Amino acid sequence: MKPQPSSRFKRYLLGMKLTDGLLYRVVLYILLIIIGFVYVYPLLHMLSYSLKSLADLLDPTINVLPSSLYLENFTNALLVLNYGPLFLESLSVTLIPAILQTMVASLIGYGFARFQFPLKRLWFALLLATYLIPPQVTMIPRYVLFFNIGILETIFSIIIPATFGQGVSSAIFVLIFYQFYLMVPKALDEAAQLDGATRWGIYTKVAIPLSLPSFLTAFLFSFVWYWNETYIARLFLGSGGETLLIRLYNFVSAYNAVLGGGSNVANEAIRMAATLLIIAPLIVAYFILQRLFIEGVDRSGITGE
Amino acid sequence: MRKLINGFKHWFNTLTNKQRESLTGYAFISIWLVGFILLTMVPLFESLIYSFQRITIVGGEGIRLTFVGLQNYINLFTTDLTFLSRLQDFIFEMVLFVPVMNILAMLIAILLNRQFKFRGFFRAIFFLPVIITSGPVIAELLRQGAGTLPIITESGFLDMIEQILPPFLNGPLQSLFSQIIFMLWFSGVQVVLYLAGLQKLDQSMYEAAQIDGANVWETFWKITLPSLRPMIVVSSIYTIVTLATFANNPLILWISSVMFNPNLGYGYASSLAWVYFLVIAILLLITTRLVSPRDKGYKVVKTYERIGR
Repeated sequence: MKPQPSSRFKRYLLGMKLTDGLLYRVVLYILLIIIGFVYVYPLLHMLSYSLKSLADLLDPTINVLPSSLYLENFTNALLVLNYGPLFLESLSVTLIPAILQTMVASLIGYGFARFQFPLKRLWFALLLATYLIPPQVTMIPRYVLFFNIGILETIFSIIIPATFGQGVSSAIFVLIFYQFYLMVPKALDEAAQLDGATRWGIYTKVAIPLSLPSFLTAFLFSFVWYWNETYIARLFLGSGGETLLIRLYNFVSAYNAVLGGGSNVANEAIRMAATLLIIAPLIVAYFILQRLFIEGVDRSGITGE
Repeated sequence: MRKLINGFKHWFNTLTNKQRESLTGYAFISIWLVGFILLTMVPLFESLIYSFQRITIVGGEGIRLTFVGLQNYINLFTTDLTFLSRLQDFIFEMVLFVPVMNILAMLIAILLNRQFKFRGFFRAIFFLPVIITSGPVIAELLRQGAGTLPIITESGFLDMIEQILPPFLNGPLQSLFSQIIFMLWFSGVQVVLYLAGLQKLDQSMYEAAQIDGANVWETFWKITLPSLRPMIVVSSIYTIVTLATFANNPLILWISSVMFNPNLGYGYASSLAWVYFLVIAILLLITTRLVSPRDKGYKVVKTYERIGR
């Protein structure tokens, strides 16, 4: 069926199947490129600024392109951020909770997906509700609790909530596994049961190997969200730990401590270099694994069914 | 010990299948149950109790509670101008940002839902901010003025708005245009959600509607949009929760600064947190009510879904 010229624009807007007109293709690409540019603009801005020397910053004729490839901002930012040691520290504060959270979410998701038990609907509803409760409400009592049991300002104040399924967006990860395990046919369980496997054996030998893609998705998101979480981390880790992002948060004082003195101030260029250095590992990881990230949103099952 | 285990095994074997299943189910979720009770439910009640107390920290022995009744809540609504003005800004922002972000996300998803080269590339670009967005990074970028395009700030567009519109509209619109990039940056997950929703739509529905003489404009409003309603609910909830808990949110920054203010303390901070919680809950409730799929439009979809099959 041939669309009428007047309805073409509508068709284009409305998400129906469309015959390939050259004009549409051009409009589509132009729109995508404009929106894409808006998306990456902050990154380009960051890159352009981070390569500017002080002279370039002050020179009004220099706009987007710096006059030369000036890398000193990056070397200074590496120093101020204490990059090597803090990268490792950020990694440990992120990696351990992310792994634990993923494993526990799988266990919980399996429990909800595979077994019928009294009050199941209530618990599941409460589980989803925990996603909606702002952390600020439970933060103060948790802070007092962690202080009392002596784990405040240690990594355990991050690890313990993750281990008990109460970490950053834990409910979402349980949901990812729940949706996956619902789709695994029960016949597999029964076959394993005939071979004499226990419920635990079925979980570890049948369910876990099947759900490795879900593990990967949950782990990646868990990792990224723990890496980027600074509000609770700053409160609970306090002086007991510093991540790269917390360092960025306190960049000016860190700068003054490391390179400060005299006319030496943390200018825009070095701050942009520092920001870029901090998100660089995430961007690299994302471009290698982006398919997994995006498919992960589908896999969460919150997209329908 | 071994005797105990054997005893347990023996007892377990005397149970009916149903009881055994319940017990195994509880064993699997037990770690969550313990965590939920100790780290969420109890703290939730504790913070409610705190919010009616004045809490002082006594060196060496922890905290001391003094019951002050509703005083914290009264102070909050009568004297805490910082909180009230930030709360007002927050509500305005939500009313503006949540619909705008969802409309943008839906439009981008509709664009991405067509077949074209580099589709995966563009999808990857639109999702990238989800990975790198964090409080300090956003703060740095906003400080740099990278939250908006130079074309918006330099064209005098914002000044124009300022002159034309009444002040109560002017404020939110200014923040809308000066933060347009960050609204897009916070829409990555929503784009993918809408895209997934669009891809699940059954094409035969459209064919059936076309036979009935519906044009494309009509099918969008009568089929596409109503079918996406569950997605709109999920996506709106996600938007609200993300914006409300984002580390740079001035309200939550105020809560944590109050917490360590010796004159205000944990008790007052808890009352702030509860008021904030209730505001978010009301926003979520209103949003889900407004876009909930049980209405006339949805019935049309269901009809075409049946016909389509």
